Amino acid sequence: MSTNTIIWIIVGCAVVTWLPRIIPFIFVRNVKLPDVVLKWLSFIPICILSALVVENLLNTDGSFVTLNWPVVAAFLPTLIIAIWTKSLSTTVVVGVISMAAIRYLI
Amino acid sequence: MNTPSETVEQIRFHEEDSFLQGVKDCIPTLLGYISIGLAFGVVGAASGLSLFEIAFLTVLVYAGSAQFIFCALVISNSPPSAIILTIFIVNLRHFLMSLTLAPHFTRYSLVRNVGFGTLLTDETFGVAVTKWMQTKKLSGKWMDGLNLTAYLVWIASCIAGAFLGQWVANPEKWGLDFALTAMFVALLVLQLQSVGKSKLAKNLLLIGLIALCMYIFSYFMPSHLAVLISTIVVATVGVVIDR
Repeated sequence: MSTNTIIWIIVGCAVVTWLPRIIPFIFVRNVKLPDVVLKWLSFIPICILSALVVENLLNTDGSFVTLNWPVVAAFLPTLIIAIWTKSLSTTVVVGVISMAAIRYLI
Repeated sequence: MNTPSETVEQIRFHEEDSFLQGVKDCIPTLLGYISIGLAFGVVGAASGLSLFEIAFLTVLVYAGSAQFIFCALVISNSPPSAIILTIFIVNLRHFLMSLTLAPHFTRYSLVRNVGFGTLLTDETFGVAVTKWMQTKKLSGKWMDGLNLTAYLVWIASCIAGAFLGQWVANPEKWGLDFALTAMFVALLVLQLQSVGKSKLAKNLLLIGLIALCMYIFSYFMPSHLAVLISTIVVATVGVVIDR
């Protein structure tokens, strides 16, 4: 692809990334969301964060969806450290070291 | 006149909500940004993107997973419309995150709200909702500190990655691709901690449902779409069983 084409695709991607991020911030200022919607939104953080974790634990390459075992093996110590230390940075460091160790071993 | 204790209280309040505190609260996430950003720069360069294109994409699109997918689609010579549609779907989850945060910022001007939304990512969302859970308030200055730090470090890391590509040819070997997952795990645990023990069983049930939905939906759709649909379905279940 030519640079010119790529630049225009990037601009298109930027617009479709930007709009969903700003639209709620624009409209929620003028609209009072009903309680049931606020209740629904209160569940979004836990749901979306766990969905993002599970996304990484699954292997969808084959004809069956299976667990991605090396990632699961790194996930377990990472989860234990997260529960134990409640620290973002410690968890990330331990996670990266676990994953590196597993890749080194297999 | 304020009593000394009130003055201390106010100072603490301002420190908690300051721009600098936002910068500080961003620091734990930086390792994730730096490692994934470096990895992206390497992948981008390997995909044949020029340094300018990598920088342009990073500054304008500013979304980790979408940037990787962009490279994959460019390599496979996908039509522009398909690339833009895919990026739209991949980043649609930010609509939900934005909708979750926006009610806490309605007292700020329209321009500042657009600013908060523009720099929203999975990570800054995670840090902000955790902050809200812990302190029950979010300030604009704090959010700007968090957002701008994340944005600038991400841009610097992606560009550095494009330069360093020749030395870190295989970032996966060093486990760096796992940094993001580890960050989500930690943010999830912090969320569970802040919602309290009384709701723990229910939240664990919801997480189990997410795992089940993700597994089933992954047969029928790409994983980024499965994340979106699973979240919508399970958050709805959460509301229904909460009655």
